[in-house]
Amino acid sequence: MSTDVTTPVPATGPPGPPPAGNRQSRKEHWSALRSRADSKISPYLYIAPFFLLFAIFGLYPLVYTAWVSLHDWELAGAEHPWSGLDNYRQLVTDEVFWNSLWNTFGIFVLSTVPQLTLALLIASLLNRRLRGRTFFRLSVILPMATSVAAVSIVFSQLFSRDFGLINWTLGGFGISPIEWQASKWSSWSAISLMVNWRWTGYNALIFLAAMQAIPRDLYEAAALDGAGPWKQFTRVTVPLLRPTILFTVIIATIGGFQLFTEPLLFNSGSSNYQGGSLRQSQTVSMYVWENAFVKFDFGYASAVAWVLFLIILLFASLNALAVRRLGGKD
Amino acid sequence: MIRALRRPHRRPRRGAATLGLGLAAVLVAATACGGEDDAAAGGEGGQVNLTVSVFGNFGYEQLYREYEASHPGVKITERGTGSDLSNYTPALTKNLATGSGAGDVVALEEGIMIQFKEKAQNFVDLGQYGGNEDKANFLPWKFEGGQSADGQKLIGLGTDVGSMGMCYRRDLFQKAGLPTERDAVAKLWPDWDAYTTVGKQFVGKNTGAKWFDAASNTYNTILVQEAGKSPGYTYFDKENNLAVESNPAVKQAYDRMIGMIGDGLSAGYKSFSDQWNAGFKQGTFATIACPAWMLGYIQGQAGEANKGKWDVTKAPGDGGNWGGSWLGVPSQSKHPKEAAELVRFLTSPKSQVAAFKSVNALPSSPVALDDPATKAFKNPYFNDAPVGEIFGTGAKELQPVYFGPRNQAVRDAVESTLLAVQQGKLKPEEAWSRAVRDAEQAAR
Repeated sequence: MSTDVTTPVPATGPPGPPPAGNRQSRKEHWSALRSRADSKISPYLYIAPFFLLFAIFGLYPLVYTAWVSLHDWELAGAEHPWSGLDNYRQLVTDEVFWNSLWNTFGIFVLSTVPQLTLALLIASLLNRRLRGRTFFRLSVILPMATSVAAVSIVFSQLFSRDFGLINWTLGGFGISPIEWQASKWSSWSAISLMVNWRWTGYNALIFLAAMQAIPRDLYEAAALDGAGPWKQFTRVTVPLLRPTILFTVIIATIGGFQLFTEPLLFNSGSSNYQGGSLRQSQTVSMYVWENAFVKFDFGYASAVAWVLFLIILLFASLNALAVRRLGGKD
Repeated sequence: MIRALRRPHRRPRRGAATLGLGLAAVLVAATACGGEDDAAAGGEGGQVNLTVSVFGNFGYEQLYREYEASHPGVKITERGTGSDLSNYTPALTKNLATGSGAGDVVALEEGIMIQFKEKAQNFVDLGQYGGNEDKANFLPWKFEGGQSADGQKLIGLGTDVGSMGMCYRRDLFQKAGLPTERDAVAKLWPDWDAYTTVGKQFVGKNTGAKWFDAASNTYNTILVQEAGKSPGYTYFDKENNLAVESNPAVKQAYDRMIGMIGDGLSAGYKSFSDQWNAGFKQGTFATIACPAWMLGYIQGQAGEANKGKWDVTKAPGDGGNWGGSWLGVPSQSKHPKEAAELVRFLTSPKSQVAAFKSVNALPSSPVALDDPATKAFKNPYFNDAPVGEIFGTGAKELQPVYFGPRNQAVRDAVESTLLAVQQGKLKPEEAWSRAVRDAEQAAR
């Protein structure tokens, strides 16, 4: 591999017997050893930084949270007595938790399905020969570059009861003002709209990148067989995008189930963590926050967080299964 | 896409070097936090750097410079100025729980103080540094409020109190044919019954505005007044048992508020929401329960354009308190002695007068309240209202009320049901049982 052999690298493999032959063969032997070690070990070393970072910032908190969830752990408290599975037992009958899970699921469906569908359509439009293609491609990513806080403030003004643009517009059609935070359907839609607005462009770009990797001749062949644009889209584009769709669905699942900032800012004001007067739009993450920082019950908050983690795993695998079925066998 | 990323195998070249760099980056990242901390806390050559963590604005800038001048070698930095209490509280809690990152001096708002009274191990006992000698400087209940739950430790010394007044819009009062001068307005509402009656008159005049901003604020003011008369506590009794149902003061205040909502007096906002903030500017409500610190809030939200439209007078009923803070020293501080000394300086009567003049933080020291500078102080934004006089009287007459450590969660739960009634999502007759149920859930 390298020409510099005067300072041998510390051998990682078992050192061979010292060759008795001449200098040349010894050199070759070392070289072979190093080359073997290089190809065996180097790949692991390359990926090691990620796994080290993951261990520190991902795995350790995960395990620690599990540990905390088995205790009666009051934040900044003096003692943390062991409580076994008590927190999890409490969780099963906690209707506030189940309500927050239902909200999270509802908002997730309302935000992911339209988001990915729209992203797919936008991507296929951007994949055509358009004038100012780069401009359009760049502009779909703009919402991503806006801070969530700014987005939420703008949207909560749009959805304001007294002076909001949306109620004002609806008023033009004779619809009386809606208090968007007050009902499940309205708060879920408003929050989903924020999420959709922010993430559709991002997913569109990912789809677009994948679409450009689809060979042109497939479309030509399909066209020769008489497939129109819609047929080409559903029979060529979508099936070939399957791995990408799987990726976006999983990312959206993870993001959707951890939804926190948008609903929190949408319910601005005191006790915003409750997500509305009757917890109309409290997500599981908000409930974790409520337990940790309002009730200081860190143990219970950790239990909720762990259950959320398991639910995300479950949904991600269910989605993966569902998407794998999409478009038939591989 | 995933397929596209695949590259043919190529033999790695500078593997070791890359790994070294990666490892170094991880180590730097992992140790950086610790290093920074030490640098900030440590001092070179006898220099002591003290960090003061606050939310909002305590008006201490001038006092810091004064203190630095009289204490050579001390350097004071303030952190968190202008920050929101809802961000400040969790951040402080995290810092205290992990044992690092909190300032040498931290501001403890009423709600935080209540929660930390039972976790006194997180704070230095100011009594060890002469804090108990300052007892006479404070209103008795304010001093006691700074003690740990068992009364053994002094974890905070009082800054301001949130004694109650009532702020009102002169222009809306005029429109409705009500008196606008503050003495005449105070005579309109000797008690809450009268306040409700005038409110109904006001709403009947169709000015386009409601009588008050939000059920929660007015309700809480009534509750604290009722509880002050008897039994001296709100949601938790003094043994920290949930008393939502057994305390008549809670039910009384709750029923009164349900009645007011039924009379159409409330604008139905959630306090501190974006819409509530906009309401100050747009004039969508005519009165608001006003602790002293609210003056600064109204001025900030209503803006210069509404200067002179707002005024402030005595609240209905007797006294009451909402908010107010203490200063404490976390046990993690590396300079507890110097920090405690700074706390005593900042909470001294003289400093309290300075803070009052600077940001309207109403003193918790009777000496400072009686100070001619406090009494004579007028607030130009509120039509030159003599705020020192209006709030100072109430502060001295205040009946202290006990709050349990889980007060915030229970209070939020109960007040949320009032919001739901205003939204039409909860029937008034079902609201109380829901409030009790949610309070029990929150107290668990």
